[in-house]
Amino acid sequence: MMIGLLHYLVLAASLFTIGIFGIFLNRKNVIIMLMSIELMLLAVNINLVAFSNYMNDLVGQIFALFVLTVAAAEAAIGLAILVVYSRRRGSIEVEDINQMKG
Amino acid sequence: MSMIPNLAPALGEIILAIGAMALLIAAVVLKNLTVSKLNKASAMLILIALLPVLLWQGGTEVTFGGSFIQDGFAVFMKTIVMLAAAAALLMSSQYLKLKGIKALEFPILMVLATLGMMMMISASTLLSLYMGLELQSLSLYVLAAINRNRDRSIEAGLKYFVLGAVSSGILLYGISLVYGFTGTIVFADLAGLLAANSSNIGLIIGMVFILAGLAFKISAVPFHMWTPDVYEGAPTPVTAFFAAAPKVAAMALMMRVTITTFPALVGDWQMILTFLAVASMVLGAFAALVQTNIKRLMAYSSIGHIGYALVGLAAGTAAGVEGVLIYMAIYATMTLGTFACILSMRDDEGMTEKIADLAGLSRTRPALALALAIFMFSLAGIPTMAGFFGKWFVFKAAVDAGLYTLAVIGVVTSVVAAYYYLRIVKLMYFDEPAPDFAPVTDLPKRYIIAITAALNSPLSLVFIGLLVSAAVYAAGSFFPS
Repeated sequence: MMIGLLHYLVLAASLFTIGIFGIFLNRKNVIIMLMSIELMLLAVNINLVAFSNYMNDLVGQIFALFVLTVAAAEAAIGLAILVVYSRRRGSIEVEDINQMKG
Repeated sequence: MSMIPNLAPALGEIILAIGAMALLIAAVVLKNLTVSKLNKASAMLILIALLPVLLWQGGTEVTFGGSFIQDGFAVFMKTIVMLAAAAALLMSSQYLKLKGIKALEFPILMVLATLGMMMMISASTLLSLYMGLELQSLSLYVLAAINRNRDRSIEAGLKYFVLGAVSSGILLYGISLVYGFTGTIVFADLAGLLAANSSNIGLIIGMVFILAGLAFKISAVPFHMWTPDVYEGAPTPVTAFFAAAPKVAAMALMMRVTITTFPALVGDWQMILTFLAVASMVLGAFAALVQTNIKRLMAYSSIGHIGYALVGLAAGTAAGVEGVLIYMAIYATMTLGTFACILSMRDDEGMTEKIADLAGLSRTRPALALALAIFMFSLAGIPTMAGFFGKWFVFKAAVDAGLYTLAVIGVVTSVVAAYYYLRIVKLMYFDEPAPDFAPVTDLPKRYIIAITAALNSPLSLVFIGLLVSAAVYAAGSFFPS
């Protein structure tokens, strides 16, 4: 069986959905959320590279490189905020993030 | 093709980028630099970078291989964003001093966020859109959490980060689909391709994802969950900045994407925007009724105002775009003024955010009460106040485009929203005085309150003509005649 564009798109869509569910169903801790976000961005990269290869167009691959760079910066900032948070509150449970409501 | 792109259209951004680096180095090298000095320097830098934007004479020009566009629309939106950013910087010094926030990165992050917003406004490919959006968002995540000694500030930063990253992911997924189904990321090419063939389901799904990502950034319902918490938790000057500048920039992006990139899919996005507008207006009006914290109230108020602005955009006509431009300009002045007043709510125990503490303000601080009353009347859209004209132009555009239901819902929700704005006025003028506030000694804040109050008062009748002609000129870059 040849692996074609459709397979890549289905893979990316599944990863993206897992990422979304990981964020909204996860009640444990914030690290899992960060991992889910990363999963979503990687799904996008698969999409971009698959399309780029399929169309013989370089733009998609360049876009994927930009996404990788930004994802790294995003993870750094997210972890930094998380470190400050856990230092003050001593917990990174999702259920403890509830000082403000309404 | 020459090696060096035409830099003239991006001169404002270049000044800001280099200036931000210079400030960063200054913050490291200079020993006796304080946040308030750096705030002033940063505001000055933004105003300097505003000059080439204001003096732009080149009409519509595209540079950097088609990824950056400077046109009348960009000039209009950038002017609002940069003035709002400079004002937010100037009124934050006293607050930072009181709260003991000595972080020198505060003004630098504000400058970088402003730069990101300018890139968003000038984006003309999906890649530059994404990069601008991320530069803005990443700076804002840190700004929300900048008060490391306060649980709520960090929590606001964390919530904003998680939901913001999700929305970026959704936006990106949409971008990847649009790229895949058209083979291009340049807005102008996309519009051309779509005009020829617009019946692709993958493309429509991509567009819906992009709009969902952008709806998060302008905090339209149902993508608003972060707004009240972030507004309440973030330090007040940061909230003022959040409420004014990024909203305007994200709205600009929304307009550019819908009007110039997907004009062929107008039937599809009109439906989405109508839904977003109705949901935002209704939630903004009703959820704010029960709030006791004024920052949280302003969060719901801003959700409602985004709904009104979306009414104009949903019309999809030149008049609608003009309406949104006018609305966003007026909205920025109202919000900044209101937040300057909130920053002046200071009693013996420090800053307060409780609405109840405003009671009887007219007897203890009559000038502040008058200014806040003007902002509340303007936010409610009482005729002759500036806010009324904003609403009038967007609703008129909606009626002219045949969206009667939308306009009627808009008017009804404005009446509901007027209740909570007028309640604040009643509290200030007719209730028994609460403990005194400290006098507003901070000069920049006094000037900002005075200027924005004047712009929103019935004096706005003088300025509104000027604003309308500027908006007509700006909208002209989307609808060349």
